[in-house]
Amino acid sequence: MKQSVKSEAYAQQRMKSKQRMERIIHGVFLLLGLITVGCVLLITLYLVISGLPAIVEIGPVDFFLGQEWAPTAGEPSYGILPFILSSVAGTAGAILLGVPIGFMTAVFLSKMAPSRLKDVMEGAVSLLAGIPSVVYGLVGMMVLVPGIRKLFNVPDGASLLAAIVVLTVMILPSIIKMSVTALDAVPREYEDASLALGATAVETYFRVSVPAARSGIAAAVVLGVGRAIGEAMAVMMVAGNAPNMPGLFESVRFLTTAVASEMAYSSGLQRQALFSIALVLFLFIMLINATLNFFLKREKE
Amino acid sequence: MKKIIALGLTALMAVSVLTGCGGNSEPQKVTTDGSTSMEEVIGVLGEAFQNDSGIEVTYNPTGSSSGIQAVQEGRCDIGLSSRALKEEEKSAGLAGTVLAYDGIAIIVHPENPIADLSLETIAKIYTGEITNWSEVGGNDAEIVLIGREAGSGTRDGFESITGTEEACQYRQELTSTGDVITAVSQNPDAIGYASVSAVADKDNVKAITVDGVAANEATIKDGSYVVQRPFVLVTKDGEELSEAAQKFFDFITSADANELIASAGVVSAN
Repeated sequence: MKQSVKSEAYAQQRMKSKQRMERIIHGVFLLLGLITVGCVLLITLYLVISGLPAIVEIGPVDFFLGQEWAPTAGEPSYGILPFILSSVAGTAGAILLGVPIGFMTAVFLSKMAPSRLKDVMEGAVSLLAGIPSVVYGLVGMMVLVPGIRKLFNVPDGASLLAAIVVLTVMILPSIIKMSVTALDAVPREYEDASLALGATAVETYFRVSVPAARSGIAAAVVLGVGRAIGEAMAVMMVAGNAPNMPGLFESVRFLTTAVASEMAYSSGLQRQALFSIALVLFLFIMLINATLNFFLKREKE
Repeated sequence: MKKIIALGLTALMAVSVLTGCGGNSEPQKVTTDGSTSMEEVIGVLGEAFQNDSGIEVTYNPTGSSSGIQAVQEGRCDIGLSSRALKEEEKSAGLAGTVLAYDGIAIIVHPENPIADLSLETIAKIYTGEITNWSEVGGNDAEIVLIGREAGSGTRDGFESITGTEEACQYRQELTSTGDVITAVSQNPDAIGYASVSAVADKDNVKAITVDGVAANEATIKDGSYVVQRPFVLVTKDGEELSEAAQKFFDFITSADANELIASAGVVSAN
């Protein structure tokens, strides 16, 4: 009897110390989780605090709709409409070129390719994703820019078109990988049923597999948009960076490159305005992320 | 939520405290910050000084305005500016000492037949008054203007010398000397500008003469090559430098440093 009371007390004590351990580990994990949340909050707070004053000082209308950017002029003007439109045009162009290529590649890889070819091609796609953006920029500068100049017989090849081509190549891996994952997840039974009803293989892929995977493919497109709009380095090296309104062969400056190219030398209101541009970019990317989450959630359901 | 905000603010304060005293926590170290154009000259001088005295010299290539700001905020010992100080900067309590003069070379593609332009013509080309090479005796091709981004010391130097402030019709605004040289070397109709020291040993671009004067040490020093700008050491006026920083300052402004400065491709002022 005595023995069992003792062992019960011992068990209780062990239980308590285990619970305490659990709580400590729980706390550590929570703390680690909070680091990420804290970073996001800190960056958001910092961007809003340092980005808002310039918008107020310049005036929202002049800032967002002004067509001239000349921060170091005697009478400076801070209109970022050319940057916004260039970013949108560049991203739209990259999506227009990249999505059909990426989507078709994904259908091929997921449904048609023999497994050895699939392995090789997927390896190549992963490699493409791993190439640093400065390398894309450098190749663009040495090959693409002179190429566009000769091919289209324009005075200079550094243009929106060059940026679109570079961005297209850069977003391909994201689109292909995510689309392949979505297509691979389509239940085999759907396709079997379609084939059993007499549809051809290609009909099955486009009428059954693709509609079943459409949320995942939409998420892939949105991810591509996010990648394209946030890219700075490669764009800076091929787009020419003059603050013009967008035109296919016009030298243009994106939101990202506007911040990156002048940040090092800026001071005063110019620097504050660059933070404001970063804030605008941040809002764009938040919007894109929200869209992405929407599609991903729908796919899960 | 409150907790998170408090945590965030605490972290922010901790970081700001750290940066606040980062500048002078290490006495036997000279920190310099500023013009990317001065990288080579400061690199050479810093290395020689370090070998000589054992005091480490750090250099942070952020750009002239950033360097000037860094001195003002006490984040570095000596600021490096590749332009003369502005009036507002002088009145904010900063002093500038000219270390050397740097010529800005006007560069074109090696296949371009143009070999000489006057300063006035260069200004007209950059403001868009002259748009075709045939107007200055070259091929019938549109001139492609390559320059630097707003705020760059080289751009500021070039535009103030040619009198084309805020009027340049750039086709490309690039963020480094290397990018400008690459862009010009890739386009037979391009014209650009870059430090003389950066283009001296390049054969993928051609430096043209200005008003018949080629950019070299002698012509920059005697002032006959007109496209040139000062390299300025920025310090706080009336405030003593740290012992190590003063030693470094004395060394680089002494005659002993002339040879080193010349080896970096610029012309010593002292």
